Amino acid sequence: MMQTTSTIPIREQAETPWVLPYRGKVGMACLILAESAIFLIFVVAYIYYIGRSLSGPLPAQVLELPILGTICLLSSSVTVHFAVGALRKNNVQGFTLWLAGTVLLGAMFLMTTAREWYHLIHDVGLTIRTNLFGTTFYSLVGLHATHVVIGLIMLTISLALALSGRVKEEHAERLEVLSLYWHFVDGVWVVVFLVVYVLGR
Amino acid sequence: MAIGTPVLQAIDQTLETKRRPPSQWLYEWVSTVDHKKIGLMYIVYALVFLAIAGFEAELMRIQLAVPNNHFISPQVFNRLFTMHGTTMVFFAGMPILFGFGNYLVPLMIGARDMAFPRLNAFSFWISAFGGILLYFSYLGGDGLYGAGSAPDVGWFAYAPLTARVFSPGHSTDYWTLSILLSGVGTTGTALNIMTTTICMRCKGMKLSRMPLFVWLMAVTSFLVFLTISPLTAAQIMLTIDRYLGAHFFDTQAGGSAVLWMHFFWIFGHPEVYILVLPAFGFASEIIPVFSRKAIFGYPAMVAASVSIGFISLSVWAHHMFTVGMGPAGNTFFVFSTMVISVPTGIKIFNWLATLWGGKIIYKVPMMFCIAFLFQFLIAGLTGIMLAAAPFNWQLSASYFVIAHFHYVLVGAIVTALFGAFYYWYPKVTGRLMSETLGKWHFWLFIIGFHLTFDFMHIPGLLGMPRRIYTYEAGRGWDGWNLIVGVGAVLQGAGIVFFLYNLVRSYYRGEIAGHDPWDAWTLEWATPSPPPSYNFAVEPTISSRRPLWDLKHPEDPDENYE
Repeated sequence: MMQTTSTIPIREQAETPWVLPYRGKVGMACLILAESAIFLIFVVAYIYYIGRSLSGPLPAQVLELPILGTICLLSSSVTVHFAVGALRKNNVQGFTLWLAGTVLLGAMFLMTTAREWYHLIHDVGLTIRTNLFGTTFYSLVGLHATHVVIGLIMLTISLALALSGRVKEEHAERLEVLSLYWHFVDGVWVVVFLVVYVLGR
Repeated sequence: MAIGTPVLQAIDQTLETKRRPPSQWLYEWVSTVDHKKIGLMYIVYALVFLAIAGFEAELMRIQLAVPNNHFISPQVFNRLFTMHGTTMVFFAGMPILFGFGNYLVPLMIGARDMAFPRLNAFSFWISAFGGILLYFSYLGGDGLYGAGSAPDVGWFAYAPLTARVFSPGHSTDYWTLSILLSGVGTTGTALNIMTTTICMRCKGMKLSRMPLFVWLMAVTSFLVFLTISPLTAAQIMLTIDRYLGAHFFDTQAGGSAVLWMHFFWIFGHPEVYILVLPAFGFASEIIPVFSRKAIFGYPAMVAASVSIGFISLSVWAHHMFTVGMGPAGNTFFVFSTMVISVPTGIKIFNWLATLWGGKIIYKVPMMFCIAFLFQFLIAGLTGIMLAAAPFNWQLSASYFVIAHFHYVLVGAIVTALFGAFYYWYPKVTGRLMSETLGKWHFWLFIIGFHLTFDFMHIPGLLGMPRRIYTYEAGRGWDGWNLIVGVGAVLQGAGIVFFLYNLVRSYYRGEIAGHDPWDAWTLEWATPSPPPSYNFAVEPTISSRRPLWDLKHPEDPDENYE
């Protein structure tokens, strides 16, 4: 049965309202799933190699709890949440302020990591080559820090756009996608903190 | 009941008649974000790599056809099996299936494009550069250290062979980086397909009405998130080991070689399902159309697909029974591997039940699907044999294993894929592929396949290990390897017929019209080839077979679902 012109089935009266989820959120959820699997492998490697280093220094001797950095990063999750909330109420000024706070807190977290690494490399002499602890520590914490940097770049771009007056209420959904990524980076830090600084010591 | 809207004649032109200068044509393809063009580029790119990797396989079979052969050197042989495996999995298998997914998923769910068209183009190009990088290693692999001109560590690259000490030069780095790039591209495409499936469905396309191919691509994408990522992580670790002197897989510093095996096979086994699930999707679309019946047990098919996806995440260590995991580990992985045959069996019975009582039309796509059913069953049965740990201890890393997994990859996946080519070619080009050439292709390929892979089990049972470049006469392997080699040549001849058919039909094929098979899914509602935005109006559907409803308004499907 061949027809010469094609026909597309349509129906005039809609049965029920047809609402599908926002693609940005679903896409970000997929990305978070994939990224979680990457982090999971690094975390498994870290846990597997705890206590298997053939030489020092050991985590208990050199690691200190990064309290300040943790407070900064976790509170940046709160500020980014308020930023999106403000934008949704069309409060662009509030949004800009909260976003600036988020960028600041994220940068402070990176500063604490940088200081910790400087201390470990320069004073203690622990590098990625030293032993299994160095290998797994720098790669896991470094992978997380890389994600913080990527998030910070995106947040800074949003901030720059906000300061130049290009962010409006209709962009709230997109910024929520970005905030999902930032929450994920924070969640990963909780795991990294527990594994590296609590379990690993 | 659905009402049909005729598409404007202006956009329903079956063939484009305009001729444009090559530069314009090239620019259009390189800069495109259209899911159909990207899908086609995926498929063409994968066919090129399929031909290259197939040629590598032919070379290996010539080398092994007779004992004490010196056709190629051991070093070249190592490179050949590494490149063959890596190319087939990462640069032929996955791109070709994602190409079909890219082309068909938006059409089947009534969408105008993928959710993220630019990400789609990015994913394709990054994967494509991965393949080019892998083959550039033939030129650039010598590097500064003067060793190796292509990766020779095997497609699963066990540690510590991949360490700097044992693999100097850059060939292993080409392998690692090309797989990293392919992984990024694959994850991007999977993300796109998953989001498209969730967010872009047309009105009435509930999850319970989606074509099974779309369901299977969604499950595949889900598996990609959870399994390509571990591979990416492991490749990052290997790169850090090789370039920064870290010790992840360095046994001298307390690192573990077995950890690499776990990380690789957490990817490696689900990978088989990433490849086979789209093939299930092809069979689930083609078999009903050529049996003139709706698919039997749609909900059971969906449930089986999803449960295969989940169970496949827990079977990886059956590749590692000889490592010595202890009785608890062995028992778990024997059990989980055997459990996965239950949902797979459900699928086979449902396909058989679809055929049962149908008016079967033996066109080439259907012939390939029937061969797929038969061959996939045998592949599954040898899989159950290898799942039993004691049997596996005897035959691990023998040609029996090679025969088993090629039975899955060629006998099931490639065979279903050929069916898909014959089935959807008229939609893509507007012309039918030649049935005569298709039958030559079918019989040459299937006879060659059975000569090669049926008889490959026997030297495996007789103890022939994989990856040897030659063997002595008188071990009982000689005659069998010759038969295997003859089969490989026949398969190659079949592929030549296929490629000729692809090109010839593009110019000389019979004009297909928009729906040559009298099929029921939405892609057949569009003109062939579909216009840039697929659907002139957004479709609304009310059953799993919207075009059946359109053609049979007196007896629509929604009354039965």
